[in-house]
Amino acid sequence: MKPRHKRIALIVGGLASLGVAAYFVLNALNSNIALFYTPTQVTAGEAPKDRAFRIGGLVKVGSVQRNEMTIRFVVTDTAKEISVAFTGILPDLFKEGKGVVAQGKLGADGQFIASEVLAKHDENYMPPEAKHAVDQAQNAAKTLK
Amino acid sequence: MRMLTWKYASPQYFYPLAGKMIPWFAALAVLFGVSGLWLGFFVAPTDAQQGEGYRIIFIHVGASWMSMFIYLVMAFWASIGLSFNTRLSSMMASALAPTGAMFAFLSLWTGALWGKPMWGTWWVWDARLTSELILLFLYLGFIALQAAIDEPRRADKAGAILALVGVVNVPIIYFSVKWWNTLHQGASVSLTQAPSMAKTMLLGMLMMALCFWMYSIAVALARVRAIMLERERNSEWVTQLKEVQS
Repeated sequence: MKPRHKRIALIVGGLASLGVAAYFVLNALNSNIALFYTPTQVTAGEAPKDRAFRIGGLVKVGSVQRNEMTIRFVVTDTAKEISVAFTGILPDLFKEGKGVVAQGKLGADGQFIASEVLAKHDENYMPPEAKHAVDQAQNAAKTLK
Repeated sequence: MRMLTWKYASPQYFYPLAGKMIPWFAALAVLFGVSGLWLGFFVAPTDAQQGEGYRIIFIHVGASWMSMFIYLVMAFWASIGLSFNTRLSSMMASALAPTGAMFAFLSLWTGALWGKPMWGTWWVWDARLTSELILLFLYLGFIALQAAIDEPRRADKAGAILALVGVVNVPIIYFSVKWWNTLHQGASVSLTQAPSMAKTMLLGMLMMALCFWMYSIAVALARVRAIMLERERNSEWVTQLKEVQS
């Protein structure tokens, strides 16, 4: 083997073992890398009990209630639901039916007391007219069902 | 063809060739940049969700793509330099690093400016943002490591190993939004799916990405020319250059 072939083999071997190592590390850290817990995970008891954590999901349509400065809403992942209370200013993109990530603690009554609420938007970009057309088509599909 | 490739792999012949190519890539960068910005700011429609604020996408996405792609190219040249001991390959790797670092910074910065009005926060430690920050540190580490070693060949080797180890981060950045739940949204444009953007928005974004490509090539060539002159200042071909003699 020429020296340069040896070096190539070393590089390829090094990269391969590095990749495998990275795979195992990331796999082991999986739950720590995730930014938030889903309502399903929270109801299953996977979320930390006495520590602040984040939950994420969609704001359930029709669930937002405003009372003075406190806002109550329900976060859903379409399987399970968690009700959230938050006092503060919401981001502009906070909307029913849209994504949300809230940081806070789970109270004894199962209600999540949030200290920060962030909006999570999707990767679709379209002009308002196109959005209107899409919404109409979806509503039509719903009524047909 | 093979002979031609080897010929231009030597700094002596690549130096004038790079000099001739720079103005072309610079001109293309301006052309794509002007048309991309025009499409992005005057032609592309308002977004239904985010209003006008989404327009930062025209800088943000191109810069993020470039920061990842330049890292791969840099690691490629570094590995060629490491295994074949070719002078020019290592110089190419060193020439690319500052541009890559700039795009990584630009990506994080425009992302923060975008995140505040839309998400409600400048920064969050989610997988996408954190791995992009690590990319910036990898670039800075590469530059610092090479600057700390006086002997160029040793600097090349040390830098190459760092660059190759860091390669593992690039797929992590790219797939982070798929593998873990993050605040950052998924990809709007990918190789496997139809893009989820209006046509003119997409066109403006791709124009800006092309602009960044051309800019990166032009700047990397200019930088590699400077590195060639510096490293080979005692060789005959440098002393015979017109710009050196005058």
